[in-house]
Amino acid sequence: MTARPSRFMLGGRTYSPAASLLLATPFLLVLMLAFLLPLGMLLRESLFVPSFTMEHYRRVFDEPVYLRVMYRTIRISALVTLISLLLGYPLAALMARTRGLMLNLLLVAVLLPLWTSVLVRTYAWLVLLQRNGVVNDLLTGLGLVDAPMQLLRTEGAVVLAMSHVLLPFVVLPLYATLRAIPDDYARAARMLGANGFAVFRHVTLPLSMPGITSGCVMVFLLALGFFVTPALIGGPQQMMLATLVQQQVTELLNWPFAGAIIGVLLLAVLGLMIVFHRVIRLDRFVGQS
Amino acid sequence: MRTGTGNGEHVGVHELVKRYGDVAAVDGVTFGVRTGEFLALLGPSGSGKTTVLMNIAGFDFPDSGRIEIGGQDVTWTPSHKRNLGMVFQRYTLFPHMTVLDNIAFPLRMRKIGRAEREERARAALRTVRLEGYGERKPAQLSGGQQQRVAMARAVVYNPEVLLMDEPLSALDKNLREEMQIEIKHLQRELGVTVIFVTHDQTEALTMADRIAVLDLGKLQQLDTPKALYEQPNSAFVAGFIGETNFWPAVSSGDAAAGSEVGVTLEGGERASVTAADAIRAGQTVRVAIRPENIRLSGDGAGVQASVEEAIYAGSVTTLLLRSKGPTLRVRVGPDGSLGEPAPGTPFALGWQTRHARAYAA
Repeated sequence: MTARPSRFMLGGRTYSPAASLLLATPFLLVLMLAFLLPLGMLLRESLFVPSFTMEHYRRVFDEPVYLRVMYRTIRISALVTLISLLLGYPLAALMARTRGLMLNLLLVAVLLPLWTSVLVRTYAWLVLLQRNGVVNDLLTGLGLVDAPMQLLRTEGAVVLAMSHVLLPFVVLPLYATLRAIPDDYARAARMLGANGFAVFRHVTLPLSMPGITSGCVMVFLLALGFFVTPALIGGPQQMMLATLVQQQVTELLNWPFAGAIIGVLLLAVLGLMIVFHRVIRLDRFVGQS
Repeated sequence: MRTGTGNGEHVGVHELVKRYGDVAAVDGVTFGVRTGEFLALLGPSGSGKTTVLMNIAGFDFPDSGRIEIGGQDVTWTPSHKRNLGMVFQRYTLFPHMTVLDNIAFPLRMRKIGRAEREERARAALRTVRLEGYGERKPAQLSGGQQQRVAMARAVVYNPEVLLMDEPLSALDKNLREEMQIEIKHLQRELGVTVIFVTHDQTEALTMADRIAVLDLGKLQQLDTPKALYEQPNSAFVAGFIGETNFWPAVSSGDAAAGSEVGVTLEGGERASVTAADAIRAGQTVRVAIRPENIRLSGDGAGVQASVEEAIYAGSVTTLLLRSKGPTLRVRVGPDGSLGEPAPGTPFALGWQTRHARAYAA
């Protein structure tokens, strides 16, 4: 386990710095050309059009409508993350304790939505939630409500549809983490006098923190930039950031302002991630010195 | 120091049966563990020893039979209510808690106050000679230290019985031997009843007051280490505990178990042996003789054999001898009376009748 620091360990083999660079090059090229370069150009526009100015950034904070969209985006993303976690944890725990055919069925049930286009899934929600859709028919048919309710274009509908779409991203890392926790920890805890809830609270939950963290971070980040589902389900009333940016770029051709919105979002996410990392400190968690 | 039934039996396993599909992992096992006793469950893999332990621990439940602890029927009691201590093979310490928090965990589950918790945890840590390690995380300890912490955690709440599931098998040989003695000392010091599962017969012989030998889901023999080694009651036990030469033979007469009988060994020579089972004249038997119980003489009467190979191992030398029957292993001491036997050297073999035990084949 004593690899020289300049080399990278991989399955017991080490690669020279040159070989490491070579292996990473295709990915780094794509990252540069398709991501960093356009992002940099957009951010440059937000600061240097027409000449150096903070005007575009000031506008983001001056006009309440933009701050409202940003606040709504963060609120919806946080809610979606929370709901995905609450729905996904029991499912992942069940999958971690299942073997054979049943496990395969559960995996397919989780993965099937991932294999289906987001557009298809979003239209499915439209069909379900519209004024004379399945849900309203059911509610009126059962006599629970007198008239069909406004379900589409509400924040609840956006949260619901986004949670559905993003659920696999929290289930899969959680499943992997829970599966890797040896049964003996829970057995030891039981033997030491812990009931089912105490085992979960003191052993399983803390040991699954890495899975919770990576799942939640993934869902939260994906939710922040989500476009199709909020645009179709939420409409203009429930506008989120991605729709706002799209509007600025394609309808108003205001590239510098779109860049400023993205710059603010980027800083907010970076700030959140730093705080998160400081608070959780996963490396210290299991006590590797 | 602990409660038990009147006859001193602390743990009772009665007619335990556990099936997995068509296979009976445990098939009618009955035994008792006395208060303060160190009992080893010994057997090869698949013998059912771990299944028996899991049923005592409450991680598994029998198809039929009964488990009693301190006179109480606990067959269906969930494990967290049995008040047992257990040390596992590995993965025992919670990696996200400090050593001290690990040891205090069972006290916390018993709603004991923080101050008393800490005091008792520190005392337990002292018992296993690891004071000063309380603030570390388990990953910062060696394997041996981790198992000592696991023991401290398993005894800190004065459990009824301490269960150990091959706790030393993940350690290297030297550390294992050191820990065997340490566990034994700790057990005597605390006076706790221990049930210890192992597949390592040396470990069982070294540590246990009594050993229950299991094979194919059945209890083969339950006895002291000395009795098991010297008077195994079946060919399986004779072969499983220590090393044994088996020599096929035919009995010349009827004999009750324990009495002397003449046999014709495979190869045609005659010898006098002890019947371990009741044997009829003309019955095929297997004669078991331990390598250290065969005497060699340079000439004279006795079973004839010649040296095939000499294996030197420091304190003892093992000779492989070609007889008219099977190849025999014979252990000779370092006293040098035989010199360095060269391959081909002829010897006459002899043994005391009580050391050659005939089992019905």
